[in-house]
Amino acid sequence: MVWKSCCGLLLCMPLLLAQSSGHLNLGQLHSVAGKRGDALEARIPMTVDAGFHVNSNKPNEDYLIPIKLTWTSTGALEAGEIAYPKPSLEKYAFTDKPLSVLTGSFEVVAHFKVAGNAPAGPGVAAGKLKYQACNSSTCFPPKTIDVTLPYSVQ
Amino acid sequence: MKKHPLFVALTAALLALTGFEGCSLSPTTVKAASLKPDSDRRLAPEFTLKDSDGKLVHLSDYRGKVVLLDFWATWCGPCRIEIPSFIDMQRKYKDRGFEVLGISMDDEGWEVVKPFLAEVGVNYRVLMGNDPTSQLYGGVDALPTTFLIDRDGKIAAVYVSLHSRKDFEDGVEELLRSPALHASIAGAK
Repeated sequence: MVWKSCCGLLLCMPLLLAQSSGHLNLGQLHSVAGKRGDALEARIPMTVDAGFHVNSNKPNEDYLIPIKLTWTSTGALEAGEIAYPKPSLEKYAFTDKPLSVLTGSFEVVAHFKVAGNAPAGPGVAAGKLKYQACNSSTCFPPKTIDVTLPYSVQ
Repeated sequence: MKKHPLFVALTAALLALTGFEGCSLSPTTVKAASLKPDSDRRLAPEFTLKDSDGKLVHLSDYRGKVVLLDFWATWCGPCRIEIPSFIDMQRKYKDRGFEVLGISMDDEGWEVVKPFLAEVGVNYRVLMGNDPTSQLYGGVDALPTTFLIDRDGKIAAVYVSLHSRKDFEDGVEELLRSPALHASIAGAK
């Protein structure tokens, strides 16, 4: 009986930990691979908790904090454009006009080029994702989470 | 029945993760917009913070007054929409012993807060908040979170998330009608 309860609690833990991440959860990033000079595309999946939204990368109010991915180290990759998903316009009780937001599941796509002098082998690009989440009546402080992208130069 | 130590530990961890904080000041556990009975009220934690002029302000400076303590930030839309109501209430009730105190949780500090205060014409005192102060009040994370403090310095209500002006005014009016308990005792001596 006691052990059954313990197992139940243990099973709940990952879910609870995921929920405490600030209403946006980063999905699994798959490794990208290419030869020197190749263009690479990394898809970074994320999901915003139901009932919540994060501001898009171009919010339509000056005071709102946009979602922003910044690479801090890219190793043998040269960072290129970062493409954010198309936002939706949503009206909330606290605004006069609809806000440009992201909800549900979406991907941010990061473009790279493998450096011409890149050594063959695996590596990791590291970045920070900053975002700020709200629901229809409450907002939560801006959060910055780590993004780690494994890659391989062939 | 004796419980296994691992079960106890996991239960404690689960309760912590789900936000259960027993009798703490956590706003996640006290959501009622109506006033708490006097016997259930706890003293609002004392703090010292700076206002926009750099002057140190203590919560205890306001003892004897009804205080609406608003944790907010400029990046928080629901917070911004409540502020005109607070401006009106400050004007309407100030002479009856009422004060609004704003606590900004903006990381960027006065650089972003002062222009906003000027833009909307805030007529009450705003202080620059910090994490220790937020922790004193149960770890205010969801904004806006507003505490209504009675004349004895006790928390009479906690409003988490956007609320209507009527919600706040009903509480303020009721508290303004009640004399401070310690003041009436002192007066009786």
